[in-house]
Amino acid sequence: MAFFILVIAALLVSVFFNSLGAVSLYRFPDVYTRLHGATKCTTFGTIFIAVAVVLYAVGRLLESGENRFWVLIIHTLVAMMVLLVTNATGAHAIARASHRSGLAPAKAVVDRLEESCSRGGASQ
Amino acid sequence: MFIFFASFLMYLLLVWSGSGIPMIEVVIGLLMATVVTFAYKTWHPEKRLSKRGLDPRRWFGFVAYLFGPFALGLAKANIDVAKRVITGKIRPGIVKVTPALKSDVARTLLADSITLTPGTLTVDIDDAGAFYIHWLYVEDENPSEEQLYGNFAHWARRLAE
Amino acid sequence: MTVHFVWFVAAVMGILAVAVLGRLISGPTVSDRAVALDTFNTFVVGIMLLLAVGYDSVVMVDVAIVYAALSFVGTMFIARYIEGEV
Repeated sequence: MAFFILVIAALLVSVFFNSLGAVSLYRFPDVYTRLHGATKCTTFGTIFIAVAVVLYAVGRLLESGENRFWVLIIHTLVAMMVLLVTNATGAHAIARASHRSGLAPAKAVVDRLEESCSRGGASQ
Repeated sequence: MFIFFASFLMYLLLVWSGSGIPMIEVVIGLLMATVVTFAYKTWHPEKRLSKRGLDPRRWFGFVAYLFGPFALGLAKANIDVAKRVITGKIRPGIVKVTPALKSDVARTLLADSITLTPGTLTVDIDDAGAFYIHWLYVEDENPSEEQLYGNFAHWARRLAE
Repeated sequence: MTVHFVWFVAAVMGILAVAVLGRLISGPTVSDRAVALDTFNTFVVGIMLLLAVGYDSVVMVDVAIVYAALSFVGTMFIARYIEGEV
């Protein structure tokens, strides 16, 4: 039973962070700041969904002892690793692409990448 | 060879359905692993995988990193970003740091870690190994490594170089 | 009881995923749309994990893994397109 209370707690955390991720898309002024909210909050929230599924499977496994809950645990862990790697890398790719396409960060106090590009030093 | 065994074991792990693996799945797994290995050899003919990656201590270190400092940083990052989303207090900018990392794996590990930790997002890496990082709340225009991401560079150096 | 709550959370995630589509439509630049699509994909993966519990079938998780990997490929292609290399 304790496992299922943990499942509900993890799901509540995930809903909170996922909705923050969705709100940040509307609240922040430009692509880079939106990426912050969209990447970090949704990755964390979805990892908590995976954690909740794993906890649920462990609870059912202790109750019934069926092997298929082992399968559920393994596959959910694989999905979690895939999410962790692909989300961070995808955010990096979008950020780099939008900077190279000439999109300046809004309200920025400093932009070292622009400075080094215009000096002809870094990138490309 | 490492690619072959890794993909074969991954396939078996994913087709295991609670009660043994039928022979046909093993055969399909071997075929698939062969295809993946040849594809890898075709696309990266010169690339040599470092033998040091097989050291089990690195793998344990990696798991320890994932559940220790990285998980802590991830949780802190989210509470920080949550505060910024709610209050709307931001001061964005792109800063530059130069951690002395050479191998591609170490750079990838550090860049991903930076992206998922408080208020920072890697935008670009140049050939000299300088990281350009978008910071949600710029405290210092020429920050030190400590200020940006704590001791992650130390971990990346230990795990992947 | 837990399964009912899982269904409820899946419904909330569905509403969030639809809400994100607003940025996909109105985003002033292509990059904004790519960010919205990325977020949408992550939400769909989360919903699939929840449905695996709801319908009590492991196949849903396999679909989620493949969806996550393919959405990453899609994001990479959009990024390349924004850079102007495709």
